Amino acid sequence: MEIRQIKAETVTETVKKLFMDCNYFIGKDIMTALKKSFENETSPVGKSVLSQIIENDKIAANEEIPLCQDTGMAILFVEYGDKVVIEDGSFEDAVNEGVRQAYCDGYLRKSVVSDPVFDRINTKDNTPAIIHTKIVSGNSIKITAGGKGFGSENMSAIKMITPSYGIEGVKQFILDTVRTAGPNPCPPIVVGVGIGGTFERAAQLAKQATFRSIDSSNTDPRYASLERELLEEINKMGFGPAGLGGNTTALGVNIETSPTHIAGMPVAVNICCHAARHASATI
Amino acid sequence: MAKRITLPITDEDIKNLKAGDSVLLSGTILTGRDAAHKRLYELIQNGDSLPVDIKGEIIYYVGPAPAKPGYAVGPAGPTSSYRMDKYAPTLLELGLKGMIGKGARNKEVVESIVKNKCVYFAAIGGAAALIAKSIKSEEMLCYEDLGTEAIRRYTVEDFPCIVAIDSDGNNVYETEPIKYRK
Ligand code: SF4
Repeated sequence: MEIRQIKAETVTETVKKLFMDCNYFIGKDIMTALKKSFENETSPVGKSVLSQIIENDKIAANEEIPLCQDTGMAILFVEYGDKVVIEDGSFEDAVNEGVRQAYCDGYLRKSVVSDPVFDRINTKDNTPAIIHTKIVSGNSIKITAGGKGFGSENMSAIKMITPSYGIEGVKQFILDTVRTAGPNPCPPIVVGVGIGGTFERAAQLAKQATFRSIDSSNTDPRYASLERELLEEINKMGFGPAGLGGNTTALGVNIETSPTHIAGMPVAVNICCHAARHASATI
Repeated sequence: MAKRITLPITDEDIKNLKAGDSVLLSGTILTGRDAAHKRLYELIQNGDSLPVDIKGEIIYYVGPAPAKPGYAVGPAGPTSSYRMDKYAPTLLELGLKGMIGKGARNKEVVESIVKNKCVYFAAIGGAAALIAKSIKSEEMLCYEDLGTEAIRRYTVEDFPCIVAIDSDGNNVYETEPIKYRK
């Protein structure tokens, strides 16, 4: 395969568009799930909340404005073809420039501070982005981008479970995390679960799981069935839309897994709100 | 049916509001979230005066997105309230009458709401574009350097929210989910 040159500008434009699009247009998977939940919700308040969320998401799409004011930290999962060379600059700079332009030109909120503990000064352009890069063979770049709000991010958790706890231990930790989150992460939520790998791999998989469409299932039927079972259990908790009571606490549960160590079974739960925003493009 | 309330909210209004009531607020409210609360709290701790009068006011926990040209305000939905729990009782003691946010509050806040006869409203998290339709104008009051976290005054018309914790301490986050638990 020939080496392919891609202009930094192309990366920037693609990233810019992805972040604007995902903040204005909710995915079809979420909209379909919201409408279905509206039909099935038994709480009158829950029903009213769902109808307002649906209306909100329609307004945002029609007027091309952010559907939530927390347009999040910019996160990208990149599959970078090993035959690609960025022509006139660095890939990382090009991505951050795209984020800067999306957040500044697209009227998105700048929510990033430069230092977590001491300064906490807003960087004013929502950079730097969190970029997860995987080198793959090929001559293209696939980018999946999403803005992640912290109302739900703050409710996430990770646990280094040991193998003897088995599937029951995994289920319990996921359900406990959702229960502790309760009404805070803007239910109905999307639950991303990462199981296996190491401490940081599990967390990354959990985030990646929230970026997967909720109308898809894990390809392993055992995990697909676990996704369905957990969704059912979560919706029995009663938190409901906005946490005001009802049977729609979650819209979907997505699980991603990875091989792990003989001594371990890390489980990470990344909670995402109904504003589960992500969009993909390949260049 | 939603109860319409014209601000400033009166003690009588607060007494009549019950947890679970749908409410439409009209008038003016303040905005403020994490960083602004921290500053106000530190001023109070030091015995200094506040740059904004909070007596009788309602504060909305929000950090709006920028307004697109032609819009009065940008999308402006509530942020999680529990992060303001550390500061809220102090502000309620000083005469703040209400808070608008999302999610549960801790015991100290609930007790302070009862003691000071205040009210906590929940707005729908993630419904920022819809909620912004009820915000007619904004005025920058202080802490402009905080960007989205600055304290503003919003003029609202039929701002939709729900009484989450009333002045008797009834709390929808405690009472409602149980009804749907299986
Ligand atoms: S948790 Fe999600 S929906 Fe709620 S305010 Fe944050 S980004 Fe918006």
